[in-house]
Amino acid sequence: MAKIKTAAELLSYKEALLKKKKDENKKTVAVCCGTGCNAIGAPKVVEAFRAEVAAQGLNDKVEIKATGCQGFCERGTVVTIGDERLWYQRVQPEAVKEIVEKTVKGGEVLDAHLYDDPTTGKKCKTESEIPFYKNQQRLLLGHNAELEPTSIDDYISIGGYEGFVKAVDMGADAVIDEMKKATVRGRGGGGFQAGRKWETCRNVESDKRYIICNADEGDPGAFMDCSILEGKPHSVIEGMLVAAFAIGSDEGYIYVRHEYPLAIRRLTIALEQAREKGFLGENILGSGLNFDIKINRGGGAFVCGESTALMASIEGQVGEPRAKHIHTVVSGLYGKPTNLNNVETYANVPLIMVNGADWYLSKGTKGSPGTKCFSLVGKVNNTGLVEAEMGTTLRQIIFDVGGGIANGRKFKAVQTGGPSGGCLPESKLDLSVDFDTLWEEGSMMGSGGMIVMDDATCMVDTAKYFLNFLKFESCGKCTTCREGLRKLHMLVSEVSEGKGDETTLPMIEELCEVVEKGSLCALGQTGVNPVKSTLKFFREEYEAHIKEKKCPAGVCTSLITYEITDACTGCLVCKKRCPENCISGEKDKKHVIDTEKCIKCGICMDACKFDAIRIY
Amino acid sequence: METAKVDVIIEKYNGEASSLLAIMQDVQDEANYLPREAVEYISKKLDVPVARIYSMATFYESFHLEPRGKNICTVCMGTACHVRGAERLVEQLERDLDVSSGGTTKDGLFSIEEVNCVGACALGPLLIVNGEYHGNQTTNSVSKLIKKMKKNEGGE
Ligand SMILES: Cc1cc2nc3c(=O)[nH]c(=O)nc-3n(C[C@H](O)[C@H](O)[C@H](O)COP(=O)(O)O)c2cc1C
Ligand code: SF4
Ligand code: FES
Ligand code: FES
Repeated sequence: MAKIKTAAELLSYKEALLKKKKDENKKTVAVCCGTGCNAIGAPKVVEAFRAEVAAQGLNDKVEIKATGCQGFCERGTVVTIGDERLWYQRVQPEAVKEIVEKTVKGGEVLDAHLYDDPTTGKKCKTESEIPFYKNQQRLLLGHNAELEPTSIDDYISIGGYEGFVKAVDMGADAVIDEMKKATVRGRGGGGFQAGRKWETCRNVESDKRYIICNADEGDPGAFMDCSILEGKPHSVIEGMLVAAFAIGSDEGYIYVRHEYPLAIRRLTIALEQAREKGFLGENILGSGLNFDIKINRGGGAFVCGESTALMASIEGQVGEPRAKHIHTVVSGLYGKPTNLNNVETYANVPLIMVNGADWYLSKGTKGSPGTKCFSLVGKVNNTGLVEAEMGTTLRQIIFDVGGGIANGRKFKAVQTGGPSGGCLPESKLDLSVDFDTLWEEGSMMGSGGMIVMDDATCMVDTAKYFLNFLKFESCGKCTTCREGLRKLHMLVSEVSEGKGDETTLPMIEELCEVVEKGSLCALGQTGVNPVKSTLKFFREEYEAHIKEKKCPAGVCTSLITYEITDACTGCLVCKKRCPENCISGEKDKKHVIDTEKCIKCGICMDACKFDAIRIY
Repeated sequence: METAKVDVIIEKYNGEASSLLAIMQDVQDEANYLPREAVEYISKKLDVPVARIYSMATFYESFHLEPRGKNICTVCMGTACHVRGAERLVEQLERDLDVSSGGTTKDGLFSIEEVNCVGACALGPLLIVNGEYHGNQTTNSVSKLIKKMKKNEGGE
C-alpha cells in the first residue's frame, strides 16, 4: 500500500475512494459489532449476512460492514441498511436470510424488525425517527454506522485526517489559539481546558515531549471511550496527531484498560494502517512532523487513570500517584513535558480543526461547549451510548432519549461521575448537564457514566458499593484514603446490616471530611462523593435502616424477608429451584417460605411467573 | 512455562526493563497466570529484583499468582451490572461450583473471577465465560450454562 505523502495526495486519494464507491454503488449493510452487540451474538449475524449475500450472488451489490457501537445497545444486534439508514433491531442470525431476500434485494421494509415508538405506537423506519436518536446530537458517534473501524479508507472517505491537514495549514501557534478559543474542556472528568494545557506543554523548554491518551476508562459502568476506540479509532489517532503537531512531540502513548480486548485489537490495526498510509512515521504528509504511537495495556488498577500514576505505570512501575507540585505538562513521563488527554477529548479535535472554534462554541453551553458522550445504563428503558449537547438536562437524557424507567417503576436517582460522582434525586432532574452545574450539586459529570436507579435500588447499598470499590482501588499511599475509605465502608455496611445507631451518621460525615481533606489525589478527595450525596439527598433512607431496621428498597439482605403472597398458584416451581429447600407446599396450594432457613438469594422471586413473591 | 517462550516475549520488547508490565502481561496471557519460575527468570534477564516484580503483580489486579481453572467464569461487578443484580450471579456460581469467588474448583476445571466493567454495560448483568460474553443473565441462565459446561467436561 503506497504511502500518502502530501495533503494533495490525501485529497485525491479520497476522491478516488468516493468515486469507486459511487461506481460500485453497493448497498451497505452495517451490522453493529460493538462490545454490547457482540455480547449477544453480533459476529454470528455478520457471518450469516456474509454467507447469505454470497449465496444469493449479491457480493458485487452489497457491502457488509462490521461497525462499532451504533448506540442503542439494548436493541442489539442493530443493523442499519442502505443510505436511507433503515434501522433494524434485535436481528438474529435466523432472520438474516429473509432480510437479505426481501429488504436488501427487494427493498421491502420488514415490520418485524422495526422499532415501535412506545409513546406514539408508531413503527420507526430510520434512525432519525427513533426518539432515542432524535433527541441526541451525535457529532462524534454519528458516523459509527457508516464505518468499518478497521478500514482506514472508510475513515478517509468521511474526511478523516483532513483535520490534521487543516492544522498543518494553520501552523502550530494557530492550532493552539483555535483550541483555546474553542475552550474545549477535557472529557476525562476534570474538565480542564485542553488548549491551555497544550500551550503550557509546548512552552516548556525541552528536547522531548510526550503525548498520551488516557483510555483507562476507570469508571466501572461506563463505556464511552471504549466505544469510540472500537468504532472510530482513527479519530483518536488524528486528534493525537494534531496535538503532537501543535505541541511538538514525536512520541505518543495510548494507555488502554486491559479489560477492553476488542478496543485494543481495533486500535492496534488502526495504528498499523496509519503507519502504512504515512499518517504515523516520519515527515507526516510533508509537514515535517515525525510521530508514532505505542499502546500500553493497563493492569486493572483504577488509580492508574490518574495522570501521575498512569505515567508511572507506562514507565513500568507501580502506579502510585505523586504530589503534583510540578505539573505533568512540565515534568511528566520520564521527567519530560507531557500532554495527557482523554479519548473523547482527542476525538473532538479533528472536528474543531475542520469546522473551527466558532462552530464548536455554537454547541453546548458557554462554560462547557460541544457535546458529551454518556453511557446511559441501569434501570432505564433505552440503555446505550448517548451523545448530547452540553446543557441538555438530566430529564431530557433519561426520559426523552432514555425513554424513562424500565419495568414501569419509579425514578429514584441518577448516578453520574462514577466513583467520584454522586447520586442526584428527582428534584435535580432539570439540572443542565455540564461540568460546573453538576459539580455545584455535589456530583460530577466525570467521564460520562450515567447510571439510572429506580425505587428498587437502595442508596445505602449504592454508597456501600462504591466504597467497596474504592477501598480496593486506593493505592494505599495516604492514610486517610486507605484507612478512611475502609472505615467508611465498614460504617456504611453496618447501616445496611441494621447495626447502625445514632452515632453512625455523624461519624460517617466527619470521616468524609477527613478523607476529602487529607488525601493526595482525586481518588480519595472525591471518593466520598457517593456517600455524601446519598446522605444529603436520601438521608431518610439511611435513617430507616438505622431506626426501623428496614431497607425500604428491599435490597439489603440483612433487613428483608421474602414472603409468598396469595397470588401463589401452587405451581411448585420456586420450591424446586430454592437452593436451601426451604419452601414447602403442595401442588395447587399456596407455598410457604421458612424464613429461618431462607438465605435471601432471590431465586424464587426470579422463578415465579405469577409475581407471588414479595419482599418486606 | 518454558524459558524459551519467556525469551520470545522479552525479545519482543527489546529486553527493556521499562516494558516490565507488558512483559508480565504477555507471560500471563501465555501461561494463564504468573508462574514463580517465570518471575525469577524475568528478574534475572531484565536485572530487576524479584520483589519489584511481585510488588507490581500484587498492585495490578489483573495478575494471578496461582494457576487458574480450565474454564474461567467472570462476573462483571461494574456499577451498571451491580444495580441489575450482578452479586446474585456470583452467589449462584458459588453455589453451583462449590467454591468462593476468586477461587478455583478442586478439580481445576472452573474458576470464578470478578471484573469491574468490560464495556458492555447496556447488557448487564454480564457473565464472561472463557472470554465469551453473555448478556442479560439471571441466576437461572447462569445455572443452565454451568450445568452444560460441567456436562461437556464429562462431570456429573
Ligand atoms: C483516580 C482517578 C482516576 C481517573 N481515571 C481516569 C480515566 O479512567 N480516564 C480519564 O480520561 N481520566 C481519568 N482521570 C483523570 C485524569 O487524571 C486526567 O485528568 C485526564 O485524563 C486528563 O484528560 P482530559 O483533560 O482530556 O480530561 C482520573 C483521575 C483520577 C484521580
Ligand atoms: S488519595 Fe488514595 S489513591 Fe490517591 S494517592 Fe492517596 S492513597 Fe493513593
Ligand atoms: S454495541 Fe451495538 S448498539 Fe452499542
Ligand atoms: S458494568 Fe458490567 S459491563 Fe460495564
